[in-house]
Amino acid sequence: MDGFLRNRPMIGLFAAAAGVALAVGFAGEASAQQRTRLTVYTALENDQLQPYKQAFENDVKDVEIAWVRDSTGVMTARLLAEKDNPRADVIWGLSASSVVLFEKQGMLAPYTPKGADQIKAVFRDSKNPMVWTGMDAYLSVVCFNTAEAGKTNAPKPVSWEDLTKPAYKNQIVMPNPASSGTGYLTIAAWLQLMGEAKGWQYMDALHQNVAVYTHSGSAPCVQAARGERLMGIGFDMRGASEKSKGAPIDIILPKEGAGWEMEASAIVKGTKNLAAAQKLIDWSVTKQANELYNKHYAIVAHPDSKNIPPNYPANAEQSMVKNDLAWMANERERILAEWTKRYDGKSAPK
Amino acid sequence: MAEIPANDYLIGPRVKSAMSRDDIIMRAGVVLFIGFLAVAVALPLWSLLSKSFENRGEFVGLANYIRYFSTPALFASVWNSFYVAVITTAIVLPLAFVYAYALTRSDMRWKGLFQALALIPILAPSLLPAISLIYLFGNQGFLKTWIPGGTIYGPIGITIAQVFYCFPHALMILVTALSMADSRLYEAADALGASKRRIFFTVTLPGAKYGLFSAAFVIFTLVITDFGIAKVIGGRFNVLATDIYKQVIGQQNFEMGAVVGMVLLVPAVLAFFADRIVQRRQVALLSARAVPLIPKPEPKRDWALFAFCTVVGGLIFGILAVAAWGSLISFWPYNLSLTLKNYEFNNFDTNGWGAYGNSVQMAAWTAVIGTSIIFVGAYLLEKTRGFALGRGLAQFIAMLPLAVPGLVIGLGYIFFFNARGNPLGFLYATIGILVLNSIAHFYTVSHLTATTALKQLDTEFEAVSASLKVPLLRTFWKVTVPVCLPAILDISIYMFVNAMTTVSAVIFLYSTDTKLASVAVVNMEESGFTAAAAAMAMMIVFTSAGVKIAHVLLTRGLDKRTQAWRRR
Repeated sequence: MDGFLRNRPMIGLFAAAAGVALAVGFAGEASAQQRTRLTVYTALENDQLQPYKQAFENDVKDVEIAWVRDSTGVMTARLLAEKDNPRADVIWGLSASSVVLFEKQGMLAPYTPKGADQIKAVFRDSKNPMVWTGMDAYLSVVCFNTAEAGKTNAPKPVSWEDLTKPAYKNQIVMPNPASSGTGYLTIAAWLQLMGEAKGWQYMDALHQNVAVYTHSGSAPCVQAARGERLMGIGFDMRGASEKSKGAPIDIILPKEGAGWEMEASAIVKGTKNLAAAQKLIDWSVTKQANELYNKHYAIVAHPDSKNIPPNYPANAEQSMVKNDLAWMANERERILAEWTKRYDGKSAPK
Repeated sequence: MAEIPANDYLIGPRVKSAMSRDDIIMRAGVVLFIGFLAVAVALPLWSLLSKSFENRGEFVGLANYIRYFSTPALFASVWNSFYVAVITTAIVLPLAFVYAYALTRSDMRWKGLFQALALIPILAPSLLPAISLIYLFGNQGFLKTWIPGGTIYGPIGITIAQVFYCFPHALMILVTALSMADSRLYEAADALGASKRRIFFTVTLPGAKYGLFSAAFVIFTLVITDFGIAKVIGGRFNVLATDIYKQVIGQQNFEMGAVVGMVLLVPAVLAFFADRIVQRRQVALLSARAVPLIPKPEPKRDWALFAFCTVVGGLIFGILAVAAWGSLISFWPYNLSLTLKNYEFNNFDTNGWGAYGNSVQMAAWTAVIGTSIIFVGAYLLEKTRGFALGRGLAQFIAMLPLAVPGLVIGLGYIFFFNARGNPLGFLYATIGILVLNSIAHFYTVSHLTATTALKQLDTEFEAVSASLKVPLLRTFWKVTVPVCLPAILDISIYMFVNAMTTVSAVIFLYSTDTKLASVAVVNMEESGFTAAAAAMAMMIVFTSAGVKIAHVLLTRGLDKRTQAWRRR
């Protein structure tokens, strides 16, 4: 039985491991500060988080931002799952359609930020007081790989209609609208632009050329950038950032016009830090904040911020189709069911 | 303690019918343990799955199921999931069997190296093989012409990635099955003049039959519930696990997601019960009187197996090597110059290296706390006398996590722990909930390992200590724990490694200060930073491999000291 005594080192090892874990844990706690800590849920890109936080905390000294960031779908599911006992104080940078969904479920606290009258009308919630505030808009675009096109002499498309040409058979990727918000805004725009009957007809033809419907809205432009596909239907910001990384792609705004979606901010109902939350929303509509958005997005809420981020297509704002967000939200279930019936059920193994 | 009387079934003599103090302690322990399993597994699962009977909070009976089953796309998914799971099982099982045979029954060289190579897939997040496969066989891949049909996206890609991912799980089970052989059987067969072929089919294969069954079930269940691989490389090929993703992440329809979750449980629960029946028969097969088989050299066979293992191990290593190279290139496929900047994670993710630190911390906690709970729990279930109902219930709950996709566990944790009035709500948004979640998520396999180890331990220990009036706790601490130390270490490694790579459940539970490296891998890949994602995945592999190597060195020393009783 003296085996145990000789095993003391093992037990020591476990204890040491536990001790290290504890120490690391407490070290993290020690740096907590006296400022009001706002938990902010977001789907903003990772590289935007630090600059936004720094700029805000510079201006509003007594509030600190604690980000929780993931993709739009994950954050939306998480906010809904936490509905009965919300953990977020503020939503800053989540798609407007998700925010409208939360509004319908009574999850948001209305607040009209100071300076709201300064921003473009389309970015303002029509209710009074406002429930949400738009920050920036992104458009659905075609990311077209010029290097791959050169290899096969594939022509560059200029319109949605071009994408149905037989030359592009199995060359196009687009997001599955049942998995991705970008996918849904794209098809919703086609249906609004062309009308229901023509819209579905168009998608029937396009379906012949689509190689894969991806589950992520970012994937199509990334795949086009890697030459995995000749082109991907994605959104402008992702395309521009891929191009800036060195991808041989052109970002095409189809001439018929493009579907778009906003990123929005709102206060979560029941927050214990209402005053601080309002300070953040006030700050989020300032020109300074918009200039930050403008580093990543061409179209922002504040009319005086007019930067075009690197590698962005020109005339983006003029390409925005007339988009009825309420229609999009109300018809979503029906459109997705129809889409799934037409195109998703067919994906049997070849 | 070299001489232990071999006795498999003796249960301590029942001196008196009233419960002894130890009995009471043990039963109280079982009740506590059931409480733990209820909180960590059963209640969170139920809080999500029960939504399948609701619509916006109202009870609607089976309406959601009827709606779901009248959707034609469903049948495609059920069939596709089944198809991929069967094919993967059919490929992995023979491969893993031959590999395990080589490791246990041959006198081949470099067994340790081959064993280590085969473990690689467990050390890596599942995105890593997917990235490798795209670099190798994608539309820009070096070897894309090798793929029949011309595209990796679809069932072929899913199958290759799943084979890679499932191989080590099947191998672990088969190595255990094949290493428990009674050399007396082989001596007898040899003496009777049986041919090698005949011995293989009448002695070796039947002996490993149950291991093969469990391995097949584990592979099948893993493939059915995994959605990470199908999401990245599945193309247009829908499976049940991606259907859940669409419902929950794409459309925030928890009710329908819960329906798919329930549907997913069906094959997994069936597999679980079949597995239990098969396992139950196996116990009787192994006697403590067995004499371990020591393989004799046989050059022709050994070299053939060596060649086989070189090919399989080489392929596994190749996939890892491609990912390692992928983590060093500038911009696939247009700028293949090498760079280390992909490892500067702070450029790609605000949490950067902090996420890596969080992961190591979380995995260490999961290993330490999880192993203690799992081992003590298995001990209580094995050694408590009577109380069959309570033990059966605990046993069943312990089996559930294997059958449930991580996404279901993760959302279930939100609904349960974040409910108003839950006294455990303080855990929410801390590292504590990530640890608890990881323990729950990887409970089943660890529990089975602990149970197997405890079954090898003679029940006479408890009987003897009872008659010597030694408190049970003392016997546990001085005999059971030291003797089972190899298994305990195995479990802690398993927990550590899985906690490092897990994504599907924790993605709903991390908060500002507890973001994990595995989540960062997924986020970076999605933002197009594929090389950085591969780099972070490689950091996870290095860490897990380092811990595994430390484990191997430790076990070597420990084996000599604590495991002498196994030899004769």
